[in-house]
Amino acid sequence: MKEFLILSGKGGTGKTSITACFCELAKNAIAVDCDVDAANLHLVLNPEILVAEDFQSGFIAKVDPEKCTECGLCKSLCRFNAIEANLLDCSKPVCEISSPAKVDEINCEGCGVCADNCPADAISLSDNTIGKLFTSQTKFGKMVHAKLGPGGENSGKLVTAVRKRASEIATQSDAQLIIIDGPPGIGCPVIASAGGCDFAVLVTEPTPSGLHDLKRIAELMKHFDIPAGIVINKADLSKDYCLKIKNFAGENSIKMLGEIGYDKNFSQAQRQNSSLLSYAPKSKTAQAVKNIWTNLEAMNRIS
Amino acid sequence: MSSQFKIAVASGKGGTGKTTVSTALAQSISKRNRVSLIDCDVEEPNAHLLLGVEFSKQTDAYVPSILVDNSKCTGCGKCAQVCRFNAIACLGPGKGTMFFPELCHACMGCVLACPASAISESTKSPGKIRQAKLGNIDLVSGLLNVGQAMATGLISCVQALANQPVVVYDSPPGTSCPMIETVKKSDFALLVTEPTPFGLNDLSLAVETLRHIDTKFAVVVNRADDHKLIEEFCSKHNIEIFARIPDSIEIAKCYSQGKSIYENVPAFTEAIDTLTEKVLKTGGLS
Repeated sequence: MKEFLILSGKGGTGKTSITACFCELAKNAIAVDCDVDAANLHLVLNPEILVAEDFQSGFIAKVDPEKCTECGLCKSLCRFNAIEANLLDCSKPVCEISSPAKVDEINCEGCGVCADNCPADAISLSDNTIGKLFTSQTKFGKMVHAKLGPGGENSGKLVTAVRKRASEIATQSDAQLIIIDGPPGIGCPVIASAGGCDFAVLVTEPTPSGLHDLKRIAELMKHFDIPAGIVINKADLSKDYCLKIKNFAGENSIKMLGEIGYDKNFSQAQRQNSSLLSYAPKSKTAQAVKNIWTNLEAMNRIS
Repeated sequence: MSSQFKIAVASGKGGTGKTTVSTALAQSISKRNRVSLIDCDVEEPNAHLLLGVEFSKQTDAYVPSILVDNSKCTGCGKCAQVCRFNAIACLGPGKGTMFFPELCHACMGCVLACPASAISESTKSPGKIRQAKLGNIDLVSGLLNVGQAMATGLISCVQALANQPVVVYDSPPGTSCPMIETVKKSDFALLVTEPTPFGLNDLSLAVETLRHIDTKFAVVVNRADDHKLIEEFCSKHNIEIFARIPDSIEIAKCYSQGKSIYENVPAFTEAIDTLTEKVLKTGGLS
């Protein structure tokens, strides 16, 4: 079984639209959306949700106001400014407060320092539900996706849970390929999406920001030793930057997988809840995407 | 500095035009006020590219961390017991303790728990801070080291360097920790979106997040050729739209050539100047 990951560093380069096409072209692949805090793949693959589960990760502190003696120690020890109370004086080693402590759930990291050190045993930790994990069925196969709740932390952990579920399903259903739509950036959720992947498709656009962000995501892939190839989307925006991207690819021995022209069919397809391949199968762009897929299959010896 | 007015430019979806709007907003505000533009998208910072400036200063950023002195460690394991992030592993008496800095949230629970005073507070550098000046704009930009997972500490570091009366935060995409870290310190947020189903879906997630953390906001529609989708959503949820930026080939061309859109496309300049008026008014600045 192989895992392909679609990334870009910069947001809005077309990761999800291209991933949807790949899911359609692959035979018996599991579609995975690892952009858990702004998931969109479901909008074009139209999954029917088979199982929805709450996902718990980390903790949240809770104060029992009956037991709180208002000593202020929790307020003094918390590094995340997550304890609210009427403050009398915080210049002393232990803050003086004049009301029972309350936890600011947005700032609370669930570290447990307040609970572990409260002399009155007034603070406890409870499991934190941070989002939902979905196992679904699309026209093209199984899909695993998630929704991080508002203010949700630990998106990396939710990503890891999504990938674990996908690989369980792949094993059960004997699928040969997992296709992962990755999040933007190079931080925690990207690292959680990338670890152990067999190949990364880096989707970029020919602009100063596109090139800048491509360099950083390519460096991250090198850091984790994940082979990568580059796709230039909206290629007709700038010949100059297309050339710069190709030079960068050449200098760093990263394969060019192909170019896709700017095409309003992508957003039109989205408006019809459809992938580009279903919406405009005869378009030049659809052909470009198919060629990229063929290159990808050949490079990775799949199909 | 409580007299500062801090505006965050955010969006759930990436590539909707956050940096385009935040840099142009800073340019427009800078015509009458001094402004700090803080690039909080430390994973992929682009504001300097859109402003076309070179950084004049670069320093290492430092965030809290811990230091384990294994010569004092008795191997009791109390540190590992209290760490909820699995950032510390005790190997047993005589074998010492292993620390994984990339998992550490710097809560200092282990420092408090260690009976042998073998763990102390320390710092680590997750990345760099770069600074530049362009007229009335002070640009401060964070650059996370490649391979670093946690961006929030660095975001706090760059935000702390905003020293002008008006502050614009260019937020990272998404709705999780880095976006919340950026937005929760602002007085007002602009959510930049585009009239596509992806744009709308991620806008609704961002709205949910901002309402959850109780931050006031308005919407900016970018590439607003067919903006019914967003208009309907905003009127249904009682959200004000502060600007509609036209979908124009001139804007795309400037962007792809690295030219200032604010200085070269009049329709854009007009939309941003109107936006600036409205935003400054919410902060009682005009």
